[in-house]
Amino acid sequence: MSVQSVPTSTAAHASRQRRRQLRTTLAFWGFVGPLFLGLIVFTYIPVLWGFVLSFFEAKRTVTPTTFVGLENYLTLFRDRAFIQSLITVALFALFIVPATTALALGLALLVNSITRGQTFFRSVFFIPTACSYVVASLVWKLNIFNGLPFGLANMVLYQFGQDPIVWIGPPNPPWYWLVLVSVRLWLQVGFYMILFLAGLQEIPRSLYEAAYVDGASGGWTTFRNITFPLLRNTTAAVVVLNIIAAFQAFDEFINILSGTGSSNINLARPPLVYLYGIAIGSQDFGLGTAGAFILAAIIIGITLLQNRFFAFGREERA
Amino acid sequence: MSANSSNDELMGRNKPPPLFFSSRRFAVGSAASAAVLAACGSAPGTTTGGASAPATTGNAIELSHWYHQYGEEGTQQAAIRYAEEYSKIKPNVKVTVEWTPGDYGAKLNAALLTPEGPDVFEFSGPILDLVNAGQVADLTDIYGDARSDFNEIGLQANTVGDRLYGVKMIDDMGLLYYRKSLLEPAGIAPPTTLDELGAAIQALNTGQTKGFFMGNDGGVGVMGDMLLWSSGHEYLKDNKPDFNSDATVAAFKKGQEFLAANSGAILSGAPTDWWDPSAFTQNLTAMQWTGLWAMPGIRDAIGDDFGVMPWPAIGAGEGRPATFWGGWSQYANAKRPNVEAAKEYIKWLWIDNTDIQKDWSLAYGFHVPPRKSAAASAEPLKTGPAAEAVTILNQYGRPLFPNWTGAMGTAWGDAVNNILKNNADPKAELDAAAQKVQAELDKQA
Repeated sequence: MSVQSVPTSTAAHASRQRRRQLRTTLAFWGFVGPLFLGLIVFTYIPVLWGFVLSFFEAKRTVTPTTFVGLENYLTLFRDRAFIQSLITVALFALFIVPATTALALGLALLVNSITRGQTFFRSVFFIPTACSYVVASLVWKLNIFNGLPFGLANMVLYQFGQDPIVWIGPPNPPWYWLVLVSVRLWLQVGFYMILFLAGLQEIPRSLYEAAYVDGASGGWTTFRNITFPLLRNTTAAVVVLNIIAAFQAFDEFINILSGTGSSNINLARPPLVYLYGIAIGSQDFGLGTAGAFILAAIIIGITLLQNRFFAFGREERA
Repeated sequence: MSANSSNDELMGRNKPPPLFFSSRRFAVGSAASAAVLAACGSAPGTTTGGASAPATTGNAIELSHWYHQYGEEGTQQAAIRYAEEYSKIKPNVKVTVEWTPGDYGAKLNAALLTPEGPDVFEFSGPILDLVNAGQVADLTDIYGDARSDFNEIGLQANTVGDRLYGVKMIDDMGLLYYRKSLLEPAGIAPPTTLDELGAAIQALNTGQTKGFFMGNDGGVGVMGDMLLWSSGHEYLKDNKPDFNSDATVAAFKKGQEFLAANSGAILSGAPTDWWDPSAFTQNLTAMQWTGLWAMPGIRDAIGDDFGVMPWPAIGAGEGRPATFWGGWSQYANAKRPNVEAAKEYIKWLWIDNTDIQKDWSLAYGFHVPPRKSAAASAEPLKTGPAAEAVTILNQYGRPLFPNWTGAMGTAWGDAVNNILKNNADPKAELDAAAQKVQAELDKQA
């Protein structure tokens, strides 16, 4: 009896295990499947399709028939406006990346150093991250940096006896950059501050205590010798994420600089805005996708390059 | 508060829409409103017309008819009413009116790539690419005898080769509005040259009320076209770029001087852009460049205290006054199954039915009916500033060409911006743009 029952119970056990495994598999695909499917349908297929389109003349069609080889890419490399857009975004990145990094780090150090109300300040600085770029851009454009005397910034100037400034429009002096940069700083500094805060809390307190025992004074000395070196990974991450975000600039530029019938957008036109005009405006999908791949290549190039210098994403050596 | 109201503005809720676009402006404007639309999270409104049509069996035909959002009150109801009227005459046809706030251009373009696009749609812009992509049906045969009653410019805008692909619904134009009560006491006559315009702007500027408004880009978008046309030239002539002649180069130099001398007295950074008359009616500016469509709204706000004129000539005896001749046309989507039914509907609505054409042009904002007979019998356009506007349009209105594509518009717009904003050399910029445009024209050949 018992001899017979052993294989039965083993079999039952095995089938139970199989059922559990099946349930786990089903649950896995139940959760991941839709996401995966969405990723394939809405990301991978369009990317591949776009790559194919970039070698065709695809005007007002996404199923083109005229193969043009590298013509679209060459057209863009010869296009002064496209090159100018790359220069524009590079200058933007050159400013916004260090500014964001420094401000986020500064805020993180301040928030980390206080003992009471840390959660409050953390939340306060983080909240703008949850705001939409479009909403913030409109507030910046129409309320704060409105060119009329009753715009917020101009009202502040008036208190100091200054004339109102038309912030968005005149090329000289380029006040529009102040509007563009400040809105992005307000929106993203809080997020990077959280990354730095996490990094700061990873640093063992014992290191600081040991330093104090050895006679180090607080402030700059410990920051330079302990905090900043140990934040290297975080800093590298922040810089890379920032560069990628900067090269993908679109929302605030288009919402602040353009409006129906307005050509302010030519003041500072990043590549995505230019390519959007080509692909969606002029319906030239071949040229538009070719530009998107050039931009993607640039971003990938920068990411690989940083890997040589900062080694973010490389395995931590023990 | 101001963010809120301008949100409305960007979503086109109370805006008389810009009925004239260079493709470049169309593209860029579209992009902006697309983003805004996304932010507002509201799906474009779909309204069903023809619900009262008797239920029909098997062979019922459904047509979808797309409009962009006209700003003037009552336009959406009117569009639905027309569709319902058609169902009364043709009980087996049900027309669904789709009213699209925000980014009409992008939505339409995307829909035209699919088999599920609209059957009938309106469009404002060069149509060559649409024709080449087989997106619009040939409408030549539905014109019949009425063809000679349409003004030449409307026909020209919809002609590719010797075929007609669209029916003009409304003609639009720009006007320079001025406040009589501000000009007359100061002894300022309505300016007829660019120099006089500059002098008037300086004299009228009080700081709180600026002298002139032509857009939040400082007027660069508006001025490019006007300088070209007032120099007596066109985008294209005999299928070649016509915008880099000596006269146009001189006009742009003059334009640079004009902006250098007067930009401090020209309004910029207003809550709404040039196509909306708010800056003018709210005393932010003494003069404004906007459209004929805005005239009823201006009259409601300030009564008869305004006059209109075209964009002034370059100088005395030099160049000519100018305005744009734009508008919207109606097209049938060639990729839909019921093209014939769509053509019949367009014929009924925009060719046969002059009452509806007049209602659409005159009962809400002001537009000029493209049918000569309808324009001639349009009472509201027979007196006062409206009548002057029609005269200006016929005398000085300049059209877009069907083959002036988006890429050309971008090249032109970039040149204009570099010249007027960054003080680049007009000759070099216009020549470079001409080269780009010629390359595009060569591709068309």
